[in-house]
Amino acid sequence: MDLYVYPEFEVVRNEKKCICCQACSRQCANLVHSYDEATDCMEADDSKCVNCHRCVTLCPTKALKIVKSDHTFRPNANWSQATINELYLQANSGGVLLSSMGNPQPHPSYFDRLLLNASQVTNPSIDPLREPMETKVFLGRKTPVPPLEANNTTAVPEPYNPDGTLKTEMSPQIELSMPLMFSAMSYGSISYNAHASLARAATQLGICYNTGEGGLHKDFYQYGPNTIVQVASGRFGIHADYLDAGAAVEIKMGQGAKPGIGGHLPGKKNVGQVAQTRMTPEGSDAISPAPHHDIYSIEDLRQLVYSLKEATGNRKPIIVKIAAVHNVAAIASGIARSGADIIAIDGFRGGTGAAPTRIRDNVGIPIELALACVDARLRDEGIRDDVSLVVGGSIRSSADWIKAIALGADACYIATGALMALGCHLCRSCHTALCNWGIATQRPDLVKRLNPEIGTQHLVNLVHAWQHELKEVMGGMGINSVEALRGNRLMLRAVGMTKEEMNMLGVKMAGESA
Amino acid sequence: MLDNTNTKVQLEGKVRIPSGCAISGIFAQDGELFSGRDIITSIAVMHDRSNGLGGGFAGYGIYPKHKDKYAIHMFYDSEDDRGKAERRINKYFSYVLSEQIPTQKHPNIKDAPLIYRYFAEPLTEQLEKAQIDEREYVARFALRVNADEDELKGAHVISCGKNMGIFKANGFPEDVGEFYKLDEYKGYCWTAHGRYPTNTPGWWGGAHPFGLLDYSVVHNGEISSYDANRRYLEMFGYTCSLQTDTEAITYIVDYLNRKQGLELEDVAKVMAAPFWSTIERMDEKEKAAYTFLRRRYGNLLVTGPFSIMLGFTGGLMVLGDRLKLRSMVCGHQQNKFYAASEECAIRAICPEIQGIHSPRSGEAVIVRLEENK
Repeated sequence: MDLYVYPEFEVVRNEKKCICCQACSRQCANLVHSYDEATDCMEADDSKCVNCHRCVTLCPTKALKIVKSDHTFRPNANWSQATINELYLQANSGGVLLSSMGNPQPHPSYFDRLLLNASQVTNPSIDPLREPMETKVFLGRKTPVPPLEANNTTAVPEPYNPDGTLKTEMSPQIELSMPLMFSAMSYGSISYNAHASLARAATQLGICYNTGEGGLHKDFYQYGPNTIVQVASGRFGIHADYLDAGAAVEIKMGQGAKPGIGGHLPGKKNVGQVAQTRMTPEGSDAISPAPHHDIYSIEDLRQLVYSLKEATGNRKPIIVKIAAVHNVAAIASGIARSGADIIAIDGFRGGTGAAPTRIRDNVGIPIELALACVDARLRDEGIRDDVSLVVGGSIRSSADWIKAIALGADACYIATGALMALGCHLCRSCHTALCNWGIATQRPDLVKRLNPEIGTQHLVNLVHAWQHELKEVMGGMGINSVEALRGNRLMLRAVGMTKEEMNMLGVKMAGESA
Repeated sequence: MLDNTNTKVQLEGKVRIPSGCAISGIFAQDGELFSGRDIITSIAVMHDRSNGLGGGFAGYGIYPKHKDKYAIHMFYDSEDDRGKAERRINKYFSYVLSEQIPTQKHPNIKDAPLIYRYFAEPLTEQLEKAQIDEREYVARFALRVNADEDELKGAHVISCGKNMGIFKANGFPEDVGEFYKLDEYKGYCWTAHGRYPTNTPGWWGGAHPFGLLDYSVVHNGEISSYDANRRYLEMFGYTCSLQTDTEAITYIVDYLNRKQGLELEDVAKVMAAPFWSTIERMDEKEKAAYTFLRRRYGNLLVTGPFSIMLGFTGGLMVLGDRLKLRSMVCGHQQNKFYAASEECAIRAICPEIQGIHSPRSGEAVIVRLEENK
């Protein structure tokens, strides 16, 4: 007999309000709700509830709520309820624990302990309602590429043509209306409608979304200028047209939620057009190898970077995405010297459709620290201008975004926040493929619940709201162009940090003068 | 001799001090050498824009006898510091003359350091060994002495250009001008600065102008992009040891103009770049140039209020920030170009001047000696 695990949540139904319309039972893909004809009552199986709020939201009489069960073990500060339950689950199954949507552990957030500056008296704040406030950025290499035949790579090239005009040629770059992009989520891990929403919103906003590692559905090639196409270790869905379709190509070496392992799409999600887009047999698990098997070292990465540049006619910037791990600064330095145009770093709080719980919760480092040390390292080596830095891994609000830019990021990636704008309620059950919100599922009846028009609008609203907030904060600092905020760490002050933490972040203590 | 290390307040460089200011400049386009009297008179009118915690001047064409030598102006805290620094200077330079810069007692100027100047040229052997060009050699020397927190803590390079010099002190600028007897010098270009820092230990080195090689900058404002600019510049060997905007601006100019080879007109387009919406409306050729400059050198965009005067050999550039948050007016009369924070500062020395105007936000006004045109 299996060890019994008491349900984490209880469905509470107000019988006075319930009209037995059975909307809840129709909405719940986890089959929590059922109608008992004998008693003319709705019933609920708490053990199946993932607390996604689909029934709560759609109940016409608002008769439902979900509460955390107060059932308890004998209280134990060392053995938490979750730890005990997880142990039972593993004793039952013999398997690795799976979970989704990022690290829920109470690790310290450095963003929350950083505070922003504003102008008073000695220089004026700028009113974004009355003055231009610029958020446009370009991502990619800013320095000229030294010619292959040049012996002395430090020689500064002559900036003018013989006729006196400026030489204006630059390496390929991505132009964004603001330093924000939707991070990689594959078609397969999320639905067609979710991808459609991201692609359309990115296009309307003048930013980019990222295909993730599942290829690009033929319907979405039209959004190419606002698309980053990803090349991951599984090489799913990659062909010449795909590489050429986007504004940039991203090599995924790792991701924050599961550093050191590859993507994993369960066979039940790898169906129909998903399998077709991935160019994989339908119903098979699409499991990416942990490493790229053609990249066992930095010099191998250089070869892939240049292969992709050649395959795209040197017209696309190449992004290399890594998870924030202990040696991230040295790794980033190696990547910057490998010919990559952009480095994307994903922090350990970042989310994903499915990750082994222990890896998600314990592997990697916070993005704030990774960003600070990578930015500093690239500057120390004088190569910060050779690459742009994009960071993700729990950018939860415009405040996190603004602080990341002030720490030194050229742009941020958001994904969890974007899914929440599409309706995600963070139930962290993506790996079950039964997403009641039509996001992390491929079941047609569930997918159609996500209306791409509404999804697009919510994404556009969210990002516009953040952009307004960015402009307000910049204006308050007396900055009217976002490049003057980038790496401007004097605009940050720390509260509640140790000296080492402040040193690592390159910020001063609140109250300390500049 | 004065030793500042005992003061409780941190010296400039240990702490960043915002300040407001007055600036004025006069430039004779035909190269006429005129006395420093006018610039003193001009800056004195704007007395209320300073608070007595820093004033200074830069003069160009003032050392015709030694015009081929680098005129290195130094501040020393003590004789001991002078000894150490001169050993360093001797290691890298030979000089035809070293002397105390002449000053006169002034009731309002106190706590003067030792003020010396050297007309020097790099030692050929050292220069060859360094495998860099002469100007880079001199610039590195100055940057390293000023960033030295150890042996040369009490020595500061105040200016190091050819046929030019910076004269600054703690006090009101008009008093500083008298202290240095600037009316006894003749130059084709003079700039002046009166400082209104919000908090300062009253340290002479913190006064302006700030100089590197023949560049000198006087600046009024407080730039909000400071740390973004500073951290970028530090990639290229600049240490912002004074933590002032003026220093950062000087290095931006040095980096873009001397090291990257951009014309000053284009340097101005980087520092006070037009808004993207303005660039959108330009013709294709212009748009390409402006877009390139913003993309390539976006980290050197300067935001927040500033109006600056950049002196350089044979010319003067006046530049204001992209929103025109600090005043600056300029005008021509006969052979001279005038610019100042306030019109009164020009009228005080050239009452008959016509056509005084404010340059537009981000508009660089550059005047050069006619012989150089």
